[in-house]
Formats: sequence, structure tokens, C-alpha cells
Amino acid sequence: MTAAEPMNKAAFDIARVRADFPILAERVRGKRLAFLDSAASAQKPKQVIEAIVHTYTHEYANVHRGVHYLSERATVAYNAVRAKVQKLINARDENEIVFTSGTTDSINLVAQTFGRATLKAGDEVLVTEMEHHSNIVPWQMLRDEKGITLTVVPFRDDGSLDMDAFRAKLSEKTRLVAVTQVSNALGTINPVQEICRLAHAAGARVLVDGAQGIPHLHTDVQAMGADFYVFSGHKLYGPTGTGALWARAELLDAMPPWKGGGDMIRSVTFAHTDFAEPPHKFEAGTPNIAGVIGMGAGIDWFMALDHEGLDAHEEELLAYGTERLAEVPGLKMIGTAANKCAVMSFVLDYAHPHDIGTILDAEGVAVRTGHHCAQPVMEHFDIAATVRPSLGAYSCREDIDQLVAALGKVREMFG
Amino acid sequence: MSDLRELYQEVILDHSKHPRNYGHREPTNRDAKGHNPLCGDQLRIFALVEDGRIKDVTFEGRGCAISMASASMMTEMLKGRTEAEADEIFRRFHAVVTGEEEIGDDEAEQGEGGLDKLRVLAGVRDYPMRVKCATLAWHTLKSALDAKGAETVVTE
Repeated sequence: MTAAEPMNKAAFDIARVRADFPILAERVRGKRLAFLDSAASAQKPKQVIEAIVHTYTHEYANVHRGVHYLSERATVAYNAVRAKVQKLINARDENEIVFTSGTTDSINLVAQTFGRATLKAGDEVLVTEMEHHSNIVPWQMLRDEKGITLTVVPFRDDGSLDMDAFRAKLSEKTRLVAVTQVSNALGTINPVQEICRLAHAAGARVLVDGAQGIPHLHTDVQAMGADFYVFSGHKLYGPTGTGALWARAELLDAMPPWKGGGDMIRSVTFAHTDFAEPPHKFEAGTPNIAGVIGMGAGIDWFMALDHEGLDAHEEELLAYGTERLAEVPGLKMIGTAANKCAVMSFVLDYAHPHDIGTILDAEGVAVRTGHHCAQPVMEHFDIAATVRPSLGAYSCREDIDQLVAALGKVREMFG
Repeated sequence: MSDLRELYQEVILDHSKHPRNYGHREPTNRDAKGHNPLCGDQLRIFALVEDGRIKDVTFEGRGCAISMASASMMTEMLKGRTEAEADEIFRRFHAVVTGEEEIGDDEAEQGEGGLDKLRVLAGVRDYPMRVKCATLAWHTLKSALDAKGAETVVTE
């Protein structure tokens, strides 16, 4: 298998990428670390770690407040990240970027502002069967409060979205379609551009959950045609507690604020408060300053990669992993859509995912086991959990080989 | 692999593959559901309690080897015990798998009905993420005995 490795056309320098991640040199349980859990959270390159250390060491103070040197330095560094996000997703204007604590926070923001202000009893929100809980529960909470209907578009047994069902369920009652760009449990890449086109034709808005998509796909929110796009910094090589909401300027203008407090106002008296313009209207309180700066460093690191090479590398590695896993006796892949990326969920017919996870761990292989916050997906396949190896930019063939060898140990014990 | 053999001893693999007292056996007058949202394990415990004594206890559900083996061994250990004895065994078991107490070498522990039979499950103490797997059945049984059977026990 390894001998048949094709020439790396784009000459993606995986060794150089890996050298940026200090943690990949760690030994776990006395073994080489095969980190195959990037879909849960990506590891951090030294550039991100250094940016955070630099901020706290040299440039830290609260932002948008003081006139002193440190406050000015921190404010400049913090504000500069908005343009980085704008460039990353090709938004029209940097003021269309709202900093949040992550994807979950972003979706809740949309539900509690756009949702509460514009949706009324009888309106429908369309979600898919493959959504992460964070793109289900906020809409359920809104349903219970406002009397809207939550309609679910199923996926096919290979994990691809049933677009016929989507077309059939889309109606004049549909006000919002909330769909993931890439399924975290299955790896399925959804045709979000087509979904946006169809939804807009039906008069509905579209929220695209980019948490799993943004580290792997070229994301251009204008070409995609979405109305809301959300993602987390920590899956894009940045720190936890960071993320963004992008929405069209006219939507942000019309949306009421959510959390009230400092930094989101223009003026306050006891009788009345004038709110700041977006995006500040949605950013109450002292933000995650060093975190946002770290997210910016992660974006810089990611954007500087050879993306043609990265795409080829990830595609080749997914194909290699899928092929190697297919050789494992009793293994069933969960999620086999033609269009997928970075995720290889599976079950074994002789061992529970949790036991598999423990044995893989003893071999230095880190994978997620469980329902991946996507219990409806598990229900579809009538399983409680899967083992989910997932790829990041630093993943390599050696990681896959180590995984497959460790699965041999699972078979020794349970097979 | 030697460390793992501490966790996955033959006795555990045997109980997980061939669980004892598996399946709802009538008559029963106590039951409770247990759920571990971390791994998706779900199980249900049924018990027949008369005059303060556990006359029968069975279980059904699906889960990892540790949770299935623990449930199976628990039913063997507790059948015929009084509720007070079950409470004390539960307390000891919990302390042993979390590393707070050891199983002694004295006759009370080693003899017939002693806690030593559960020693094989003590290996989970080295795997903090797996302790809940070992204790799910026990928490669920406790809930059934405490007549909180309508509730679902959740460990996470």
C-alpha cells in the first residue's frame, strides 16, 4: 500500500506542517501520538501559541476603552482579526463579522435575535437529520417559545442529504434553513450553494454551520449565497472560546441586540440606551481578547498553507484511510457519501466504540468515540456510538497505519 | 497491552460476551433505566425485592464491555442480599473503582460472597474516563431500590 503512494503532485510539505505543532512530538502512553481527533478540536501551531503568549506578555490590556499604550496595542491587534475573518470567508465587509465564543454561541445568537424577532407561530425552520446538536437545540428552544415548526430533512443511508426530500419540504412557510456545510459525524459535504439557491427561491434565509467545513473547504460566503455563516476558532487551529458569525449587513442591521452590557452601546441613560452599530451591537462585555488574537494567528497560519497541496493531501489521505479501514474484518463505515471529507466514522461488529477507543488510546491513537453530539445520526443507523478518526492538515499516512495496526489489537482482544 | 489486560481481564470479557441474568425476568417490583450520554450506553435493571431482600435481579441493555460485565457481575453479587447489604456493597464498590479503598485480604473479602469477586473491575481506576462505565449498572440498581424507578439515571 505505502509503496503505491502516488507522487505528491502539489508537493505538500507535510513534515513542515507537522513541525509547527509542538504537541505532535509528545509521546502518549509511551507511544508515538497519532492524533486523529481534529474534528473535535484541532491542535494548535506554535504561531497561535506564541501569539497568545505575546499578547499577555507584551500587549495586553482591555480593548476599546483606555487611551494608554497597551490598550491601544491590544485594540489594534484585536480589531485586525475582523479583516482576517472577512478575507477567510470572502465577506463583503469586515463589519459583517461578529466575534462569538464559537459556533454554538453564533447559532444561539441568530436564534435569539433574528429568530425571535422575525419568526412567528406557524413559520418553519428546516434542519437536516445530520445536524450537530448545536444546530438543533437552539431551534427547538425557539419552537417551544414561539410555536414555530421544526422540520427535518432526512439523509440517505450513505449519509448524503436527500435533496428530493429537501425540495419537497421547502415551502412558503419555510423561513429559515439551518444546515451544516460538513457533517461532523459522517463527513458528508452538503451542497450548500444549491440549498441556498432553492431556499432563496422559496423566500427562506439560510444559516450554514461551518464548524466542520471551514478547515477543509474553500469557503466563500458570497459565492455560497448564505445569509448566515458560523464557525469556531478552535477547529481552525485557534484557541477555544473563539468563533464568528457572519451575516449580511442588512440582516445584522435589522437584528435586535441579544446580550446587553458594555461595548455594545453608543450611549446609556436610565431612560434609554442607543445601541452601537453592528458588529459591536452583538458584542457585549469584555471580549476574549487574547483568544480572538489567537484565532487571527490561526487564520494567518491556515491561509498561508499551500491550499492546492493541502486539498490533494487531505483527499489522498481520506482515500487511503478509507481503503485501509475497509481491510479490517467486521468493520462498517458509517457515512459513505461520494462527497465527503476528513471524517471516517465506523463501527466494529465485535467491539463497542468505547472499548475500541481505550485500546486505540493505549496504542497512542487518539480518536473520538461516542455519538458526536449528533444523536439523530446514530438513531438513523440504530447504533449508540461510532469510532470517529478525523483528519487535520497535519495528519499523515503514519497516523492511519498506526490506527489500523491498533485495530488489530482490538481484534486480538475482542474478535 | 499488559496494562490493558488489567482492564480487560478474561473474566470481564467472558461476562461481557455472556452476561449473566440478562433479560427481563418476571416477577419484578422494582426497575430503573440508566443512561451514559458520553458513550450512549443504556441499560435497564429489574429487581424483585421482598421483605427487604433482593430475591432476583436482571438487566438488559447495550454498552461497552466494562458496563456489560459490571452489570452482569453485579447481578450475581447482589442476588439474595438484603437491601442494607447491597447498599454497603455499592458503597465499597464505588470506593474501590475510584481508587479510594482497596479490597482486603481477609476472610470477609476473600470468602464466599466477599467483594474480591469484583476485584477484576478495579482496573478502571486507572482509566478515569471509564469509571462511569463500571458504575452505571450500580447507580441504576440503587435508583431502583430507592424506589426512584421512574427516573432515568444519567452518568456522564
